[in-house]
Amino acid sequence: MIDIKELIILSLDQLKGSLVRTALTMLGIVIGIASVITIISLGEGSTKSIVDQISTFGTNVITISPGQARRGPGDGGGTFDTLTKADSRAILTLSNIEAVSAIVSGQSTLVNGSQSVSSSVTGVEGTYALIQSLKFSQGDFFADSQIDNLARIVILNNDLVTELLGESASVVGEKIRLNGKTFKIVGVIEGGSSVLVPFSTAQKILFGHDYLNSISVRVIDNSLMEQTSTDIENLLLSRHQISNADNADFNLRNPLEMINTVSSMTGTLTTVLSGIAAISLLVGGIGIMNIMLVTVTERTRDIGLLKAIGAKAKDILAQFLIESLVLTLAGGLIGVILGATLTYFASSAMSIPFIISFKSVFLAVAVSASVGILFGWYPAKKASILNPIDALRYE
Amino acid sequence: MKKQKASFPLIRFQQITKTYVTGPVKCQALKGIDFDIRKGEFIAIIGHSGSGKSTIMNILGALDSPTSGQYFLNGKNISHYNEDELADIRNQKIGFVFQSFNLLPRTTVIKNIERPMLYAHFSPEKRTKRALEVLRAVGLEDKAHNLSNYISGGQIQRVAIARALSMNPSIILADEPTGNLDTKTAHEIMTFFTKLNKQGSTIIVITHEDDIASFATRVIKITDGLVESQNYKLQTATFIK
Ligand SMILES: Nc1ncnc2c1ncn2[C@@H]1O[C@H](COP(=O)(O)OP(=O)(O)OP(=O)(O)O)[C@@H](O)[C@H]1O
Ligand SMILES: [Mg+2]
Repeated sequence: MIDIKELIILSLDQLKGSLVRTALTMLGIVIGIASVITIISLGEGSTKSIVDQISTFGTNVITISPGQARRGPGDGGGTFDTLTKADSRAILTLSNIEAVSAIVSGQSTLVNGSQSVSSSVTGVEGTYALIQSLKFSQGDFFADSQIDNLARIVILNNDLVTELLGESASVVGEKIRLNGKTFKIVGVIEGGSSVLVPFSTAQKILFGHDYLNSISVRVIDNSLMEQTSTDIENLLLSRHQISNADNADFNLRNPLEMINTVSSMTGTLTTVLSGIAAISLLVGGIGIMNIMLVTVTERTRDIGLLKAIGAKAKDILAQFLIESLVLTLAGGLIGVILGATLTYFASSAMSIPFIISFKSVFLAVAVSASVGILFGWYPAKKASILNPIDALRYE
Repeated sequence: MKKQKASFPLIRFQQITKTYVTGPVKCQALKGIDFDIRKGEFIAIIGHSGSGKSTIMNILGALDSPTSGQYFLNGKNISHYNEDELADIRNQKIGFVFQSFNLLPRTTVIKNIERPMLYAHFSPEKRTKRALEVLRAVGLEDKAHNLSNYISGGQIQRVAIARALSMNPSIILADEPTGNLDTKTAHEIMTFFTKLNKQGSTIIVITHEDDIASFATRVIKITDGLVESQNYKLQTATFIK
């Protein structure tokens, strides 16, 4: 068989000779590959964005909320008074726990001069800063002494500071009104919950109830998350005297579990969508086979001539196979570039990270090569076994 | 097989028959052809339409195998060669010039000429060098980079001859090479064959035109699948070189 490099030059010459047809033939592959790349990349990008969001609250923080676990939309809303401070203290006695914070929260109106904003307010204990790894851009966290003595102090996040106070300049020490009561700003955090107040303040001054809205638990290591979740669940079940876990009056949110759920959900979605895109690749492949068959028929006399001057069956086979391979690989390459471009614009529009995975590019190249060989084989074989005399006489 | 003697002909057809079977219909196109062709001869094979000329040409050119009989080329019996071996024979030993459709369309003249050398695994440099050489021999080096669709009929035949020469074959085999040309151009091509023959090429031309056959040094006449004459005297030698 003649050199592969020579064959590639021959096919390029041939494909250049009918550019419009070449372009149209490749179109199916281009679209197929571009959609696969876009779907896989956007899938990975959105997974990453969700995982990143979940991770900002710490991957080793378990959140316990009152009420049954959500079973469906609309279910699990409302208020429940089943979690108590005693529950949170009991959890702290379990092993592998680094810190626990009881949390009370509710909606409040924040007023600064003529500006007024409604926001959720979270009452937290002294351990909260550690549990959520709070980052302060101004000021500091509450002192332990302030947690229990009804101090009227507040921590805001950057966004709220901008919204309420109009700038992010030094605001520590300034006063705002919360549900009509005057609070002093002691710190500004980056991201996270918008308004933090000491636990006792939230419970007694702002919301006036004893039960907790949630409990945050920081586990000492990611690897112990599952074990610790089970321990907490068992502890609370026995404290609340519930024998059937299905009737639990609380629910646990384990971010690792959520990440897994999200990943597997987007994974499934990506697979389904890729399957649909794969159908367009199949259609593209059939298009290639069709055009290659037409090409072989059109070039029957060429093939006869080539055989007369010494081309062997395998030379002809290789030539047509390389031609369809060049066609699909070029289509695949263009598809990758197109897909990457689409992903770039789509991901910036969806504000998710722009990721082109090596895996999807490799997949695209492998798939287009296989399509070329698979669908180019039959036409090439047909060309190669043409009898030279019949081929030369073909009208 | 007998040991090859110095006088062994370049081509020997021994009782070559060819039967075409199309469905239930059998057609014996060749009924036992015998002839020898020596190195350096310029042969014309003539005969009426349907007499079997093209069938002989196909076997001579290793495009087809005989149904029975022996074909010795350079003393080697190639009657039962397989596809790939025949392809090698066509590539190395035979230069074809057809009546029409000699060149690959949308392909330059030089690439057409290089093609047999490509199948013979010549390096690109060697191919180009040799292609220009044979193009010069047919006086068309200025057309090297023209597309084959954009040269005249006579030029196409000359390019085909150049390609036939490129591999330095044992025989140049031409089936009605002037069938599509006007008389003047046809005679130019035949004159060129004569010149090549004088330089030592063995040439076999198949034709049904006497004035074309008259360029040959010997005429083999085929009638109804048999050799009527090994050295046929043309009735009206209208054209004298
Ligand atoms: N592939 C084929 N299948 C069946 N019969 C064939 C085939 N090729 C040729 N024949 C028959 O064989 C006989 C000889 O044909 P051939 O083509 O060799 O004649 P020819 O001398 O070249 O004629 P022409 O001058 O018209 O080209 C004819 O009767 C033809 O019908
Ligand atoms: Mg004929």
